[in-house]
Amino acid sequence: MIELSGITKSFNSGKSNQFTAVDNVTLVVNPQQITVFKGPSGSGKTSLLTMIGCMARPTSGRIFLRGVAAAVPFQQDGVEVVEITSLPERFLNDIRRSTFGFIFQQFNLVKGITVLENVMLPAYPTGEGRADFRARALDLLEQFNIARLSGQRVELLSGGELQRVAIARALINNPSIVIADEPTAHLDTKLSQEFMAIVGRLKGEGKSVLIASHDPIVFDSALVDSLVEMRDGAVINSRSCR
Amino acid sequence: MKRAVERHLNILEFTLASLLRRKAKNLSLLAMYLLVIFILASLLFFVTGLKREAAVILNDAPDMVVQRLVAGRQDLVPDGYAAEIAAIRGVTAVRPRLWGYYYDALNGANYTVMAGDDTTAISEKATIGAGVAKVRNLAVGDLLPLISYDKAPLLLEISAIFPSASNLVAADMIVISPVDFQQLFNFPSGQATDLAVTVRNAKELPTVAAKIAARFPDSRPILKSEIQRTYQSVFDWRGGMTLIILASSLLSFIIFAWDKATGLSAEERKEIGILKSIGWETSDVLLLKFWEGLVISLTAFLLGVILAYGHVFFLSAPLFAQALKGWSVIYPDFKLMPVVDAYQLAVLFFLTVVPYTTATIIPCWRAATIDPDAAMRY
Amino acid sequence: MILQPAALALQLIALLVSAMGLYAGYYGIRILGRWDPASGSEGQLELERRTYLVSTIMSYILSFELMSLFLFIYTADDLHSLFTGAMCAAGTLAVNSFGYPALLFKIVNFLLAGVWLIVNHADNRGYDYPLIRVKYRLLSLIVPLLLLESGLLFAYFDGLKPDIITSCCGSLFSHESRSISGDLASLPHLPMQIIFFSGMAITLASGLYFYSRGRLAYLFSAAATITFLIAVAAILSFISLYFYELPTHHCPFCLLQKEYGYIGYLLYATLFGGAVAGIGVGALMPFGKVGSLARIIPVIQRRLTIIALVNYLLFTLIVVWTMVFSALKLS
Repeated sequence: MIELSGITKSFNSGKSNQFTAVDNVTLVVNPQQITVFKGPSGSGKTSLLTMIGCMARPTSGRIFLRGVAAAVPFQQDGVEVVEITSLPERFLNDIRRSTFGFIFQQFNLVKGITVLENVMLPAYPTGEGRADFRARALDLLEQFNIARLSGQRVELLSGGELQRVAIARALINNPSIVIADEPTAHLDTKLSQEFMAIVGRLKGEGKSVLIASHDPIVFDSALVDSLVEMRDGAVINSRSCR
Repeated sequence: MKRAVERHLNILEFTLASLLRRKAKNLSLLAMYLLVIFILASLLFFVTGLKREAAVILNDAPDMVVQRLVAGRQDLVPDGYAAEIAAIRGVTAVRPRLWGYYYDALNGANYTVMAGDDTTAISEKATIGAGVAKVRNLAVGDLLPLISYDKAPLLLEISAIFPSASNLVAADMIVISPVDFQQLFNFPSGQATDLAVTVRNAKELPTVAAKIAARFPDSRPILKSEIQRTYQSVFDWRGGMTLIILASSLLSFIIFAWDKATGLSAEERKEIGILKSIGWETSDVLLLKFWEGLVISLTAFLLGVILAYGHVFFLSAPLFAQALKGWSVIYPDFKLMPVVDAYQLAVLFFLTVVPYTTATIIPCWRAATIDPDAAMRY
Repeated sequence: MILQPAALALQLIALLVSAMGLYAGYYGIRILGRWDPASGSEGQLELERRTYLVSTIMSYILSFELMSLFLFIYTADDLHSLFTGAMCAAGTLAVNSFGYPALLFKIVNFLLAGVWLIVNHADNRGYDYPLIRVKYRLLSLIVPLLLLESGLLFAYFDGLKPDIITSCCGSLFSHESRSISGDLASLPHLPMQIIFFSGMAITLASGLYFYSRGRLAYLFSAAATITFLIAVAAILSFISLYFYELPTHHCPFCLLQKEYGYIGYLLYATLFGGAVAGIGVGALMPFGKVGSLARIIPVIQRRLTIIALVNYLLFTLIVVWTMVFSALKLS
C-alpha cells in the first residue's frame, strides 16, 4: 500500500518562474490493483508517479510505502512502513530498484545494444550474478514472445516489439509495483489493447500497476480498479471502479 | 563482497560496450591522449637512456682531474705539477693529458683531438671515431690530412676506427701521438691540458684534492663523482626544461579532456538519464565513468609507451634527439640501451593519467547527477 | 630548485591535490552551513548531490596520496647522487629541513583521508545522513593539512641545490663542506624487538577479543595505532637490518629498492592498510549509538578489525620470516 499525505512538488522555488507541479495531494493507492491517473498533460500525474516511484523527492509532504521493508536492509526489524521522502538518494534507489518497475512513454531503450542487454540493464548495478539475471531476462523475453529478437539491436524493432521489450525490462528485478507513464501514447488501438492485456496479467501475478494516461482505452478498461483524476496538480476525483 | 565484485564486472562490461558504440568520439580522445603520452614517454626514456650512457662512459674516466686556472680561465698545466702531485701520499699515478679541439673548415665539424700514450700512439698514424670516418669518408689505411697551426699540412694514416659501441664518446675523436699533437697545435712541450690523477683509496680522494688545492692555489681538482653528479643534474635539467616546454601541450590536452568530458552529447545525456530512471544510482554512473576513464587511460598509456619505446630505442628518437643531445656537426650515431623501469612509468603515469583523471572528476559527476526523472520528461 | 621530471610530477600532484582539497573543503563548509535533511528543496537536493562529488574527490586524494608517497621516496632516492654524502633517500630528504616534514604530512594525510573514507562509508549506510556534520568537520581539518603538505613539498624541491661543479672550482671547495647525515637515529634493537612483538601481540589479542565479544574497541584501536608507530620505529631499529643483512644500515627507504625485491612496498602497504583500518575502528566508536547506525557500525568495525589484523599479521610474518632466514644474526 502506498500512502501520500500533503505531497507538493514545486520547481524553481523562490524564483519568478516558480511553478507547482503537484499541489498538496493526499491519497491512498491499494496494493495488487490497477490504478489509473487520468488527466490532461501538465496535470501533474507524471510528477506524482516519479515521487511515488522514488525517482524524485517532494518539496514537502510524506509518502509511506507499506510492505517494502524487506527490500530495505538497514531498517529495524518489524518496521513495515517506510517513509521515503526523507531518504537519501542511494536508499530511494535501493527501494526503487527492488520495488518498482518503470515503463516510459518513449520506451527509453538504449540504442546500439541488443534487446537482451536492454532488458538486463536495470540488474547490472544490483550486484547479482550475470548468469542469474540473464536467465531471468531470457525467460521474460520468452513470456512476451520476443525471445527470437534477443540478439537484435533495438533500433530495428517495431513499436509493438519495443513496448514488450520495455515491459520485460521493467520486470527484470521482479518488482511488486509497476509504474507506466502514458504507455499507449505511441501505440495504435490494437497494440494499446494488447498492452492492457499484459497489464491484466501482471495484476493476476499479484503486482500493483500504476498508470498515468489520458487514453480512454486505458482508463475505460474493465481491468482498472481505481481511477484518480487530476488537474493542475491537484486530485479532483478519486474513485474505485469496482 | 561477491556482490560488489559482480557489480563492478557488470558495469565494466557495459562500459566496454559503450566505448565501442561511440567509436568516433572516443578515438579522437584516445589519439590525443596517445600523442601526449608518446611524446612524454619518449622524452623520459631518452633522457634516462642518455643519463645511463653518460654514467657508463664516466665509469672509465679518471678518479680525479686537475686543471689549472689563470684569471678564471683554464690554462695549461706545467709538468712540474704532475711530479709534485705524484709525491702526495695516496696518489698512485699522475698522467698528463693532451687534448684539444680541431676545427675542420671543410665541413664545419669540430673534432676532439687527443694524444694517446707514447706506447700505443705511433707517429703519423691516427685512430679515429666513426663520426670522423663518416664525414671525411675514410677507411683504415687512408690518409687524413689536417692543417696544423702554421698552415702546414699534417698527413696521418688511419690505423684503426673506434668500434661503434663507443660511439657516444668516440664519434668525433682523433687519437694521435704526443709529438704529432704538439706539432699540430704548436703545443708547448713540458705542459699538459690537464692531469689525470689516480688515488689508491677512493675514500682519500677529497683529502688528496684538498692537499692539491692547498699546494697549488691556481689548480682546480675535479672528482669523477662531481662530474657524474653534474652530468646527472644537466640531463635532469634538460629533461625538466623540455617537460616545462611541453607542459603547454599537456595543459591543452587536459583542457581538451575536460571539454570532451563536459560536452556530453544529447545522446549520451539521454542514455545516462535512462540508466538513472531504470534504477542506476549516481554512484553506479560514477563507477561507469570511472571505468570508462580507466580503460581509455590504460589503452592510451600502454600504446603510448610501446610506441615511445620503439621511437627511442629502435629509431634513436629522431623527433628531438637534436634538441636534447646538443652535439655538434658530428652527430654520434648510436643506439641507446633499451631500459625502462617502473620508476619512469610511474612518473609518466603521474604526468598524464593523474591530471587527466582529475580533469574529468567534475564533468563525470555532473553527468552522473542527471535527475532520474529526466527520462520521463522528454 | 630542481627540474627533474619526477620532482615536477610530484609538484603537479601536490597542486592537483591541493586544488581538489580546496574545492571539496569549500563545498564541505557550504554543506555544514545549509544542511537540512528534512527539506526536499532544490537547494538541499543540490547539496546532497555535492556529497557524491566530495566523496569521489576524497577517494582520489587518498589514492594520489598513497601513490605519490612512494614516488616521493623513490625520487628522493634517485636524487641522492646529486648531493655529497647522501647515500640514499634518507640523505636526500635531509638536504633541507622540509624533506622529512613533507614526508610526515604525506603519511598523516594518507591516514586521515583513509579515516575520512571509513566515516563516509558508515555515513552512507545510515538513511538519515547521521554523520554528515562529523564528516565535513573532519574534512575542514584535513584540507589545511593537505595545503601544508603541498607547501612543504614545494619548499623542499625549491631548496634542493645539487652539488655540481661551478665555474671557479670543484664543488667540494665551492662552499663549506657540509655533511648530510643519512643515518637516522635508531633505538637499540633488542628492547625494540620485545616492544614490537608485544605490541603486535596486544593488537592481535584485543582485536580478536573485540571481534568475538564486541567490546574494548577503543583498546584495540589504540593498540593498532600505537603498534603502527612502534612498527615504524622497529623498521628503523632492527627490521631493516635483517633485510639489508648489515648491522649498521638503518634506512627505512632502501627496502623499496629492487635489490631487496621491492619488499618495502608490501611491508608499508600492510602497515598503512592495517593502521587505517585500526584507527577507523576507534573513529567510528562514538557513533555506534546513533540510531540509524546502531546496527551498521558494529558490522563495519568487525570488518575493519579483520582487515587490520590480517594486514598486521602479514607484516609480522614477513618480519619473522626475514629474521629467521636472514644471514644477519643480531646478538
